[in-house]
Amino acid sequence: MNGLIKIGDATYRWLDERLGITGITKATLLHPVPKSINWWYVFGAAVLTAFTVQLVTGIFLAFTYVPSPDHAYSSLDYISHHQFAGNLLRGIHYWGASAMVLLIFIHMSAHFLTGSYKYPREMQWLTGAVLLILTLGMAFTGQLLRWNQDAYWAIVVGAEQAARTPIIGTWVAQLLTAGPAVNGQTLTRMYAIHMLLLPGGLITFITVHIYLVIYKGASEWPVPGQPVDPKTYWADYQELLHTDGEPFFPVGIWRDAVFSLVVILTIGALAIHGAADIGIPANPTTPANPAPDWYLIWYFAILALIPPASTPYVIILAPAIGFGILFLFPFANKGERNFVRRPWAIATVFIAAFATLVLVYMGYKEPWKPFLVNGSNPPQLASKSLRTTSGQALTPMALAGAHLMTVEGCTACHLIEGVGGQRGPDLSQVGDRRTYGQLIWRIARGGGGMPSYGNVLKPSQVNELVTYLETRVTPGQAISSNPGG
Amino acid sequence: MNITRKLMTREVFAGLFLATVGGIGSIIVGLPIIGVVLGPLFTAPKDVWRDVGAISDFKVGETVQVKYNYNQGEVQQWSGTTQETAAWLRRNSGTSFTAFAVYCTHLGCPVHWLAAPRIFLCPCHGSVFNGDGTVAGGPAPRPLFTYPVRVQSGRVQIKTQPQPLSL
Repeated sequence: MNGLIKIGDATYRWLDERLGITGITKATLLHPVPKSINWWYVFGAAVLTAFTVQLVTGIFLAFTYVPSPDHAYSSLDYISHHQFAGNLLRGIHYWGASAMVLLIFIHMSAHFLTGSYKYPREMQWLTGAVLLILTLGMAFTGQLLRWNQDAYWAIVVGAEQAARTPIIGTWVAQLLTAGPAVNGQTLTRMYAIHMLLLPGGLITFITVHIYLVIYKGASEWPVPGQPVDPKTYWADYQELLHTDGEPFFPVGIWRDAVFSLVVILTIGALAIHGAADIGIPANPTTPANPAPDWYLIWYFAILALIPPASTPYVIILAPAIGFGILFLFPFANKGERNFVRRPWAIATVFIAAFATLVLVYMGYKEPWKPFLVNGSNPPQLASKSLRTTSGQALTPMALAGAHLMTVEGCTACHLIEGVGGQRGPDLSQVGDRRTYGQLIWRIARGGGGMPSYGNVLKPSQVNELVTYLETRVTPGQAISSNPGG
Repeated sequence: MNITRKLMTREVFAGLFLATVGGIGSIIVGLPIIGVVLGPLFTAPKDVWRDVGAISDFKVGETVQVKYNYNQGEVQQWSGTTQETAAWLRRNSGTSFTAFAVYCTHLGCPVHWLAAPRIFLCPCHGSVFNGDGTVAGGPAPRPLFTYPVRVQSGRVQIKTQPQPLSL
């Protein structure tokens, strides 16, 4: 036994002399951290854990995935449905991506709320902001590799947005698609960016980010009423580490380890349910109903909800201003750190989180768009809508109008007793609020976002439609007379 | 002479030498990289006329989808379905056709033609276009883009175009 220990000891010393293990370990794992660090500090390590999961699973997905537009989708189909353990591997990569995006925002919010970006850790924040951009780049390019309809149209939409850049817009758009339109070179570019360029950038910046954690130390838990003063902060911090510090390993790291385990277990549990559906293969000639993944759908929702005239400005200026603020505000690097003394910081985080949640919800709901069954057919009216709201049989003319509601696509935008789109007003009780003449006028002339049907429908058809709409009144209410019928 | 000597110490010389090596290396490696990355901007294959059917295949007043291939040059070999594109072709009269791009002018999503109400609908943000391509509602800033169409020897042909962009 003693002999073994001696051999082990000698081996370590031989290696240490050549590799400097002790020195590196002392400087990294054993570097002192303030005793006040707590559960707020676990998110950075969790992002790193999620990134590591992505790195490893990504490498092994590349064992099978074919980054060529003619085979990408079929290789993904093979991974997802036929390859042994392929769906689990892809599931982990899919949920790992969501975890990484979510955790990076939580990590950022936690350090924003505790003012940890203030002196002397401004570079921590700035490298973190670069990491956020690179991560969003990974999220965008990653969903493209599925090479389904969502992927294809996400690139088209991306190019349209890039084209709004002043002066060089067309060039930027065509660089994104690697040509005048999406073509055989587009996917390989996205693949190289996702697999090599962005991960290279992430690894570089993560290395600097972690180096800074060690060089400038973990920030101590902020005490309200103890503002940061750059003149005295560093000396005070050194003193704090000396009197009230502890080595990162093992006393500081255990919370990180516990939370990272929770993250990994969550990703694994979700992965058992599989990844996102692989969708319909990319094909620019078949109907599509494209939407991005959740981490970009909030932006998709914004573009639907803002006034149309502001679109070009929002597309270019909003991200520019947003990232500008992200990069500039750590230079306000003095003063109170604790959120108790910075109510605006709490408000910012809550408003941003709430707005994002609402926009993601809206993004999935899509109330702004016409509702088409299978992307091409307006929905059929419910059987109760084929009678008056009081349950009586419709006249033949009103029934013809009800038929036209679906055929002419009215139900794509208008709700009738729970069936239809939400793009236009609910017509379930339109007879209460519009006269025969008003309805004729609106259908014939359009307006308020509605196409004009004056040249599309025959006068007799307009008459049938209005006769039907006049029957949509509060149950029990009298149906107004029809001067045309 | 003395001043030059003081300025050009061994350290300064070594620094300049390293910068020169790095600079030359970056240029030699960087130029072809820039060439490959920016290449698609000036090496795109020419737009060509594509046959989409006989004139008799289309009824006057109707709008139908036609499919044809982009001209992608050699890349075509592996470009799969991305070599294809579609347009909504409307026969206005005897030999007059309009080919509408499928790309919505708001953000490029593929518009869908509803034959009965004669409108184009965008599935992304709900833009609506009339049968003649003009905007009927929604966030689209301009009418649908159109492609050049011609009739030659009884055949309808559409000219391939870059993805139209609303600038």
